[in-house]
Amino acid sequence: MTTTTVTAAPVRAVGRGHVRVEGRDKVTGAARYAGEVPFAGLAHGWLVLSSVARGRIEEIVTAPVLEMPGVLAVLHHGNAPHVETDFVGMMGTRPDPTCAVFQHDRVPHLGWPVALVVAETSEQAREAAESLVVHYDEQPHDVEFSAEDPDARHVDGHMPAVTDKGDLEAELAASAVVVDVEYTTPEEHHNPMEPHAAMARWDEGRLELIDSNQSATWVVGDIAQLFGLDPASVHVRSEHVGGGFGSKGVRAHQVAAVMAARVLQRPVRVVLTRRQMFTLAGHRSPTIQRVRLGAEADGRLRALDHRSLSRTSTVYDFVEPSAGVARVMYDADAHHTENRVVRLDVPSPTWMRGPGEAPGSFALEAALDELAEKCGLDPIELRLRNEPDKGPVSGLPFAARNLRACFEEGARRFGWDRRDPRPGVRRDGRWLLGSGTAGASFQAGALPSTATITAEADGTFTVRIAAADIGTGARTALTLVAADALDVPTDRIRVRIGDSAFGPAGIAGGSMGTRSWSWAVTAASSELRERLVPGMEIPAQGITVRSDTTEAVAALARKERHSYGAQFVEVAVDPATGEVRVRRMLGIFAAGRIVNPLTAKGQFTGGMIWGLSMALHEEAARDAYFGGPVGADLAGYHVATHADVPHIEADWVEDVDPEDPVGIKGIGEVGIVGVAAAVANAVWHATGVRHRSLPIRPDRILTAGNGA
Amino acid sequence: MREFAYQKAADVSGAVALLDADPEARFLAGGTNLVDLMKSGVERPTRLVDVRQLPLDRVESTPDGGLRIGATVTNSDLAVHPDVRRRYPMLAQALLAGASGQLRNMATVGGNLLQRTRCGYFTDLTKPCNKRTPGSGCPAIRGEHHNHAVLGASSHCVAVHPSDMAVALAALDAVVHFETADGPDALPIGWLYLPVDETPHRETALPPGALITHVSLPPAPVAARSRYRKVRERASYAFAIGSIAAALDVRDGVVHDVRLAYGAVASRPWRAQAAERVLAGASADAETFAAAADAELAAARPLAHNEYKVTLMRNLTVAVLSELAEEAGR
Repeated sequence: MTTTTVTAAPVRAVGRGHVRVEGRDKVTGAARYAGEVPFAGLAHGWLVLSSVARGRIEEIVTAPVLEMPGVLAVLHHGNAPHVETDFVGMMGTRPDPTCAVFQHDRVPHLGWPVALVVAETSEQAREAAESLVVHYDEQPHDVEFSAEDPDARHVDGHMPAVTDKGDLEAELAASAVVVDVEYTTPEEHHNPMEPHAAMARWDEGRLELIDSNQSATWVVGDIAQLFGLDPASVHVRSEHVGGGFGSKGVRAHQVAAVMAARVLQRPVRVVLTRRQMFTLAGHRSPTIQRVRLGAEADGRLRALDHRSLSRTSTVYDFVEPSAGVARVMYDADAHHTENRVVRLDVPSPTWMRGPGEAPGSFALEAALDELAEKCGLDPIELRLRNEPDKGPVSGLPFAARNLRACFEEGARRFGWDRRDPRPGVRRDGRWLLGSGTAGASFQAGALPSTATITAEADGTFTVRIAAADIGTGARTALTLVAADALDVPTDRIRVRIGDSAFGPAGIAGGSMGTRSWSWAVTAASSELRERLVPGMEIPAQGITVRSDTTEAVAALARKERHSYGAQFVEVAVDPATGEVRVRRMLGIFAAGRIVNPLTAKGQFTGGMIWGLSMALHEEAARDAYFGGPVGADLAGYHVATHADVPHIEADWVEDVDPEDPVGIKGIGEVGIVGVAAAVANAVWHATGVRHRSLPIRPDRILTAGNGA
Repeated sequence: MREFAYQKAADVSGAVALLDADPEARFLAGGTNLVDLMKSGVERPTRLVDVRQLPLDRVESTPDGGLRIGATVTNSDLAVHPDVRRRYPMLAQALLAGASGQLRNMATVGGNLLQRTRCGYFTDLTKPCNKRTPGSGCPAIRGEHHNHAVLGASSHCVAVHPSDMAVALAALDAVVHFETADGPDALPIGWLYLPVDETPHRETALPPGALITHVSLPPAPVAARSRYRKVRERASYAFAIGSIAAALDVRDGVVHDVRLAYGAVASRPWRAQAAERVLAGASADAETFAAAADAELAAARPLAHNEYKVTLMRNLTVAVLSELAEEAGR
């Protein structure tokens, strides 16, 4: 036994750069990911995906495959255990039926899981899976996404489909300047570096899952419901996660692994291939967005109309709510926003970094640039003239809205005041140069979480929380938060995450992770400090306290809570070849208290690079005839390379809301928001041509000609 | 499990004998393309004969002032070779424009010439492809083809050859030397790749089981002022959507000698002979360069979504020849 030594630490940890606490493990390979944790007696499952886009399975010819070396079982709709999908999960929605594999003979999209072949080795399973013959009754499919689709419907998703304020048409008619334009964004995929992987093992009625996910709580809840289990008998661990970006919830591979482990009574691992991820991991729907802006000659908005159409599968309504961003960014006398969805024979889309805001800000912030041009106004001045003093549609007060500070600081550092507003007049050899800006925002939400902290007998503290570090540096951030809350140096804090046994916690998603978990850790720390009297003896098992923020989160006052940012981009365009190269990027953010400046910078610039990638490269090709993806790998689906990423800088301004109990807002998404618009606006400034479809590929530059 | 034999060849004749005995065997050098194709199931060799250790890794000057390049010289080594950089800069530039540093360290000259198209239908076993399964059809023609061929394609295949290096070699009149069970032989690079016609699965004129041993470059003083320019959809690590290898000798404002080849427009590196004929002896100005490009591209037959390539190649031709002419005038 030792005595407690909770004394004032000389230096605060939050706000000072700290290297990742698991960084050494990751770079030396000691950190194990879900697909590489060894297990005795492990069997390997390989998913077989449909080769037709719509139809029914007529026959699965399993006999020859079952004779192949090492093959243990072929699971399919004829023999798989039943799973229950009629429930509402942690995310407030019923599960995407895509994860409920092998329950019927219908095929709703190309790449739908029709069977799982399990064998002694991964190679045997794959060979057998690729040999499995499946006969289909193929039916005509439709994957063509069109603005004129008569079946488009309003879908609410995590926000109302439609909002209205004022008389839009009257304000448009009375406007001195009107912009009415259509923008499109393509199908995009998350492509985290680590493919989805899960290992399931049953042990005396208890299920253990080693997984790569964004929330052990989410996976436990859905798996327990799907298989009719007591959540207490399901244990999910996800220690290291190589990226998620919205794609790592409950998906076909976990469910298939659990089924196979139950049928075979041995541990089974299922890993998705990169190609399979293009149909099984979710994606961002393409969007077609129409924006109508009506303004006085001085740029003040009278009307703001933003309508977005996205696409979903025939089995699940997921909406990419791109029009939502217009509800919070700018003031106008009349507002109309709506999100509509069409059902096609494609996989279900899902959340992807900056859901809604990433594509929505492209349309809205590019349209504002077009309005600035028409009004003869500086694009930043136009935005500042339309700053709302309360939620433009909700009427709610803002909790720290520092967008203006972002633009002002960004403009100063980027050298915006030296910018000649005329398009197409700057040249550097074969390159035309231009610069552009755009605003960014993302909601700052919080989810209920529990945490425990143990004051150990050796004077250290162990924090346990079912957080997920999907590459964000969450484990490190929580170490800093706990150190300050307990008033001890960081080397006395041990943070354990990624384990459902630690109790329920919010997801690593929606920019809510660090905010939600820090809240629970801080609450537990306060309680523990009350329990620890200086000089008291700590028993060998330590002293443990537990926090639960459910009530505190529910009691949070209703406000417009968002992170904000201003994006600045300089591009070079070769009009002869269509090449667009970004030369310089600056993002200035107002995102609450920044916990770890080192990893925060990485997360901001990571988002900005993704925005660059979205603007210029990312696009999944879908073949209308077959209904499936073409070039479904990282050679066919381009993301930005190092050579595409220029001088890039991210920084932040003070952003304090004294009434907020946490002070942290979350920075996971806001970095990507607005970048594509800033790039497109810069391309216009360079060439004089507006590009309203992403990505801005060389062929689009070449066919657009030299001037509007 | 998909099993195959692996064997290291002791010498060239031994390697050739091994392939002669087993038509389903393949030579393995850097493996940067073959191994990928084996993973995706496009290639299913019974045996890999590893030729990487064969003594074919030298770059030597020939008495006539040309260069002899061994088949297993890596792309990295060839790109930095002083003779290549000085006498054939377009070749060094083409090599460095390809792939990534890691891949160039593995990839060899012989393998680079014989790499397969990256057409998304060719690499997807669940789709038809005349190149992979003759007679099954070409879905690219009505499907995704924005980076497919505009020259020399047929209704059976519109895939493009992915190599950068081969474009420079085509402009330089390289000769490809190979060995079969019948002994050594050679083909000019212009004859190495077969026309697409109705047989896109037959890609080269090499006899079955032939092992490329080296590539020879004839002397080409014109190449001392030459350039390779590659246009792609991102700044690095992507295949070209259009590229050009050009060498230009201008004397008194007139084109004295010229070499021109296009990449990413056809099933093979495309020597722009029609353009060269227009240029020869003509005034070295942008008007001539545009006329030369137009002469070459008159044969272009773009598909629904790749017409931009015609504009791109015309612009590239004018831009790169103009740069070379300007340098000559300095």
